[in-house]
Amino acid sequence: MKVPFKYVFRNFKSRKLTTGITITGIALVVFVFAAVLMMAYGVQKTLTATGSPDNIKITRKSSNGEISSIIDGETRNVIRTLPFIASSSDGKPVISEEPVVVINLEIKSGGMSNVTVRGVSLQFDKLHPQIKIKEGRTFNPSLRELVVGDAVTSKFAGAKIGNKIKFAGDYWNIVGVFESNGSGFDSELWGDSDQLLNAFHRGSSVSTITFKMNNINNFDQLTRAFETDRRLLQFEPEIEQKYYEEQSQFLAGFIRILGTFITVIFSFGAIIGAMITMYAAVANRTIEIGTMRALGFGRTSILTAFLIESFIISLIGCAIGLFIASFLQFFRISTLNFSSFADLSFSFALSPSIVVSCIIFALVMGFCGGFLPSVRASRLNIVNALRG
Amino acid sequence: MKIFKLIFKNAFRHKLRSLLTIIGIAVALIAFGLLRTVVTAWSVGVDAASANRLITRQAVSFIFPLPLSYRDKISSLPGVSKVSYQNWFGGVYKDKNQFFARMAADPETIFDVYPELMITPAELDAFKKERNATIIGSDIAKQYNLKVGDQMSLDGDIFPGRWDFVIRGIYQPKFKNTDATQMLFSWDYLNERMKTEMPGRANEVGWYIVQISDPSKAAQISEQIDGLFKNSSAETKTETERAFTQGFISASGAIITAMNVMSWAIVGIILLVLGNTMIMAARERTREYAVFKTLGFSAFHLIGLIFGESMFISCLGGGVGLLLTFPIVSGFEKVIPKGFMPIFELEPITIVFAVSSALLIGIVAAVFPIQRALSTKIVDGFRFVG
Repeated sequence: MKVPFKYVFRNFKSRKLTTGITITGIALVVFVFAAVLMMAYGVQKTLTATGSPDNIKITRKSSNGEISSIIDGETRNVIRTLPFIASSSDGKPVISEEPVVVINLEIKSGGMSNVTVRGVSLQFDKLHPQIKIKEGRTFNPSLRELVVGDAVTSKFAGAKIGNKIKFAGDYWNIVGVFESNGSGFDSELWGDSDQLLNAFHRGSSVSTITFKMNNINNFDQLTRAFETDRRLLQFEPEIEQKYYEEQSQFLAGFIRILGTFITVIFSFGAIIGAMITMYAAVANRTIEIGTMRALGFGRTSILTAFLIESFIISLIGCAIGLFIASFLQFFRISTLNFSSFADLSFSFALSPSIVVSCIIFALVMGFCGGFLPSVRASRLNIVNALRG
Repeated sequence: MKIFKLIFKNAFRHKLRSLLTIIGIAVALIAFGLLRTVVTAWSVGVDAASANRLITRQAVSFIFPLPLSYRDKISSLPGVSKVSYQNWFGGVYKDKNQFFARMAADPETIFDVYPELMITPAELDAFKKERNATIIGSDIAKQYNLKVGDQMSLDGDIFPGRWDFVIRGIYQPKFKNTDATQMLFSWDYLNERMKTEMPGRANEVGWYIVQISDPSKAAQISEQIDGLFKNSSAETKTETERAFTQGFISASGAIITAMNVMSWAIVGIILLVLGNTMIMAARERTREYAVFKTLGFSAFHLIGLIFGESMFISCLGGGVGLLLTFPIVSGFEKVIPKGFMPIFELEPITIVFAVSSALLIGIVAAVFPIQRALSTKIVDGFRFVG
């Protein structure tokens, strides 16, 4: 015979304060867990959104990030002649040969950080159609002009339209702000590729090359071309989306591991709180339990009833924690991405799998907290229990 | 002194509950210690920075080089006792996951400006004489099982190609917070190869290390150095080594703040757990407190009882937690890749925080039960059926 659900439910009303404290503890743990997962997912989502599945990025082998990759002028010529590059409607190849550096800028709230500066070709709007100029205009390719991502404008001082940034021995005008749907490009400064190459005294060596494939199914052919051509042996192609995803892995992994480790330890605290509450609940209802057993409810039913009570506590805590955590989605934070050595702005992102992970985590906490007390409840000797 | 006996007995009346509470507090304190150690490990470089070293780098970005010709100009300034220079080499050792600092440095001066990297005169001599000699830190030698005479091979990225070295020395860190995970090789080796392979990049230095004789003149000399190169194509930014290191840390500010917030949230959880226990304990004993009041014990005694029990449990939990924190932090240190967080140590200030948190929680957790016990009328107390 199953213990009626109403009984389980009604018991919450009797010990409001201690139950409330336990729920708060679990909610806090779930909040931290969700926040950490949302942070890591936010990093990944931002960087994955940066790359397109149709674009190819060429970098030097064994380079850790774009700033440590070098593609010299001769190799650039070879790559430009590859038959895989798509052409735009006006016949021009959709390719961008990009010098990428980081510069130091002052953060509005104090301190300094690195910001990526990328030299792009005029084809950038065909390569990255998600980029839109929000304010101002795009840069003039024959002038020292820059456009900045909207995350840079909000975080760094002196990065608004009309400001001048001094680097490479010259002043560069900021003429526009662009936004890219929350991708990694929002944290970058863009200027004309040739202007920047000239200013950095890098001769003809760029950092990376991005181009649009005319047919993405030929990717294997492209890879083979790189492996067999002696002039291209030092370089490797990667699908742009995958490249940026890999750039997110270290930071996202770091956040996730550190955060999960900490949350697991937190959860011990919450589990112990739950255990204490459940033991108290059992102790206080000893007579009731004895009565129920005398009425004929089996041991398993009693165990299940208390376990369900524990699950309900943890699920309520989970719901509260998740609810508050979901508000984090309105916040953007930015930090140094180790892989690119530059600032990356991202927001907390919630996904269904994070919600599921939190629910499972809460249920595990509820189980661990409630199991032993429920076992104790079910093993009470009927006569002794009735005596109180 | 009978009150202590009463407190002690009260605390263990409900053995299971008290034990769980103590474990809960201990675990939470360990987590607190671990988190804070991660935060302090991040900023350890700041404390290890020497007061009489300045770092001169390219003003716009750390990744742009400076000309070698700047060296003599900087040395000639009054107050400058020695000038050395390094380039970040980077590259890949074995695979992309093996991260530690790999730098080309001026063999004649580098160990003079960094006296905390201790090597023998014979090792220094070999380093100066042999072009492809490298000196590695003791932690790297330990991690990869390397000894003097072994070969080390790097796959360059910023400086492309394969680079082979022979280990001619292993430096020992002088202080506890000295980084023992660096790999240093001769700048001349790097430069000679650049002259033949990429002549446009020859005679370029990543940053200068300027040793000054009087630390109080740091700001003045920094300005003088930067003034020397103002309006040139490679303007410099000179700051104390401490400010330089701090700059890197502030770039990761968001994560550090998040971890700090979490470590204090842990303290909040401990409070909830202990508070929960104390409330339950106090509720059970409502009748007893009514008896005490009838017998004539004043509020002072009641406060002492509840307070004492709370402090007793929190101190026990705190003590156990503190004892276990040391081995767990060392265990963690062995697992973290050395190059990433060279110094991972429990700082005294963290211990102070942990202990005071435990004490504070003991106090705060008792407040509510005390307030309840004091305000319940004797008659209601007797009526109470837990």
